[in-house]
Amino acid sequence: MTTAPIWSDQTIEIAGTKIHLTRAGKGAPLLVLHHDFGTPDRTEFYDTLAATHDVIVPHYAGWGKSQRPEWMRSVRDVAVMNQAILAELGAGKATLIGLGFGGWIAAEMATMAPTAAPKVVLVGPMGIKPNEGYILDQAIISYIDYPAAAFHDQRGFTKVYGDVTTDQLEAWDVAREMCFRIAWKPYMYSQTLPHLLASMKTPTLVVWGEHDKIVPPSTANQWKKALPNGKLEIVKGSGHAVDLEQPAELAKLVNAFVNAK
Amino acid sequence: MHLMYFTEQPMSTYDAKEGLKYGATALTFSNKHFDPVQGSRLYNEYIEQYKLCEAVGIDGIMLNEHHNAPFCMQAKTNVCASILAAVTDKIKIVLLGNPLPLAENPIRLAEELAMIDMISKGRLVSGFVRGGGQEQLSAGVNPAYNRERFIEAHDLIVKAWTQPGPFRWEGTHYQHRVVNPWAVPLQKPYPRVWIPGVISKETVIWAAEQRYPYIALNTSIDDTKKIWALYDETAEKVGYKPGPENRGYLARVHVQESEQQAIDNAREFTWMQGEFTGLAHPVWANPAGYFSPSGRRQFVEFAVGRSKNPRGAMTFEEQLASGMIMAGTPKQVLPRLRHLLEQTRPGILSIWAQDGKVSHEASKNCIRLLGTEVFPEIRKWAKELKLDSPFEADAPVSIAYSKDIKGKAKSKKKAVAAE
Repeated sequence: MTTAPIWSDQTIEIAGTKIHLTRAGKGAPLLVLHHDFGTPDRTEFYDTLAATHDVIVPHYAGWGKSQRPEWMRSVRDVAVMNQAILAELGAGKATLIGLGFGGWIAAEMATMAPTAAPKVVLVGPMGIKPNEGYILDQAIISYIDYPAAAFHDQRGFTKVYGDVTTDQLEAWDVAREMCFRIAWKPYMYSQTLPHLLASMKTPTLVVWGEHDKIVPPSTANQWKKALPNGKLEIVKGSGHAVDLEQPAELAKLVNAFVNAK
Repeated sequence: MHLMYFTEQPMSTYDAKEGLKYGATALTFSNKHFDPVQGSRLYNEYIEQYKLCEAVGIDGIMLNEHHNAPFCMQAKTNVCASILAAVTDKIKIVLLGNPLPLAENPIRLAEELAMIDMISKGRLVSGFVRGGGQEQLSAGVNPAYNRERFIEAHDLIVKAWTQPGPFRWEGTHYQHRVVNPWAVPLQKPYPRVWIPGVISKETVIWAAEQRYPYIALNTSIDDTKKIWALYDETAEKVGYKPGPENRGYLARVHVQESEQQAIDNAREFTWMQGEFTGLAHPVWANPAGYFSPSGRRQFVEFAVGRSKNPRGAMTFEEQLASGMIMAGTPKQVLPRLRHLLEQTRPGILSIWAQDGKVSHEASKNCIRLLGTEVFPEIRKWAKELKLDSPFEADAPVSIAYSKDIKGKAKSKKKAVAAE
């Protein structure tokens, strides 16, 4: 990468709700769907993607700088709003990159609009019930402990979040509350999504951090089995947040998959 | 003055060392440490103590409910209330209260409470609470909708109690095709509702808007005055002037014939390291969305260990000195209680009389002394200070049944949580 991409912020209104998004780069559009604990404004992963693509990173309604819709009740609502965001931006054919919780949202988007996204990347997605173990429940662990569990190597967490600010802690509490508001029970998965995936013919890359402590890595095989057109890549030495812990490796996998004919 | 007795019904026989070793005595502290043989003994002792309360002339028994923790053995307040409805004759059964948001079917609560009211021949006071944060987790109920569910369940129960069925309920959190319970309260328009609380401003405002008495749970005198100021301000907006009949207070008071014995027993108020709801992680006590957003910043700092508990933590000696715990002979605690009455002017006073491992015999002795030596004096003072209970004042059950205010206030019933 020779020059750093220029990110610009934008606010658009979707379903009566002010949605914040940031965007950079030129090329085919990529919609990045962030983790349940929100997203830093910029990351190395986003920068790398923006070198060759038009990268759009919205904050979900209720997260980060986006307004909270009091009425929102389900993860599928977020997926519907994201489709509306793409329509509003004229980027209906964006490739979807779902990170963790965002993977669930991406899968919802792809199943509800099968001809929209040309390709989908799901990185350690939540959304289906693991056959082994459980999705780590942030309801009973503390603020720093939860995002820290998304990293295999804690130095990675420190590199991204440093000495966690009080603003960040507050943002995590807000994000946590939103998770409860829309995915409390069953916690962080859908009972209908696995069935709907059977008709999701979109080419899909599933990426999993070898040491994911948030969504059990064995869940990767359930996704592989459920998706008619899915392939699986395991990233060695990474935890759940592959985008934050091994950004270069993930960007390489994503670019190779997205650019392949 | 309405004088009542309260105990958390502590499950005091678990091995305290196990709790310390595990680092928590709530929510996830294993129930393998619950010994049902001891549990059976304790439940029966508590019932015997309640019967004694009636025998020594105490006006009311205050009951509550908690889950997944040794600090309180009542997993269902309506069970204890049902038993007391049958085994007592005169004493009021005061539930403070049923945690409404935990109910998936509030109509069931309306039925249970109506049964208790009828069996007790109209002795029920049906308080309602939001439930502790940990209760949302143990019950699997969404903490983010706690306040909304509280208000909606309340509105549904009151409607079921006051309007003939069948009717349909299409709410945000509750939907019922046919509301038509074949059990309705004996008391009309419905049993009195009292609302206990500690800190939430939103709850104080809501209680004042409903004209329900608010019971301050062992708050400091200064904090109690702040609560009354907020209550009064809200009441004025709604259109009535509150008095002692709108105010209740829960005080921790332990009495014995010997001062030393009383102080030794009172030390048990700080069992489980003074964390009466059990040692627990802050995020269990305040899961995201449960807490008022105005306290979010302060709370997250506390939760990660960067600041002290906003509610503070006093030693036993400090609590004795400040009057947050009163212990001694009846003669020794009375002046302190007089001070409390003069300063906070409640029409309802509940005495939380013991905690932890205080023996059955000592508990009974404390109840006897309260009934025969402490309460008669308080009754005299209450007359002198004009501290009438809601019963003595013949206060309206709620804002909707107030005769002293004009139309505008009653239409204010749609009180919504501030956040």
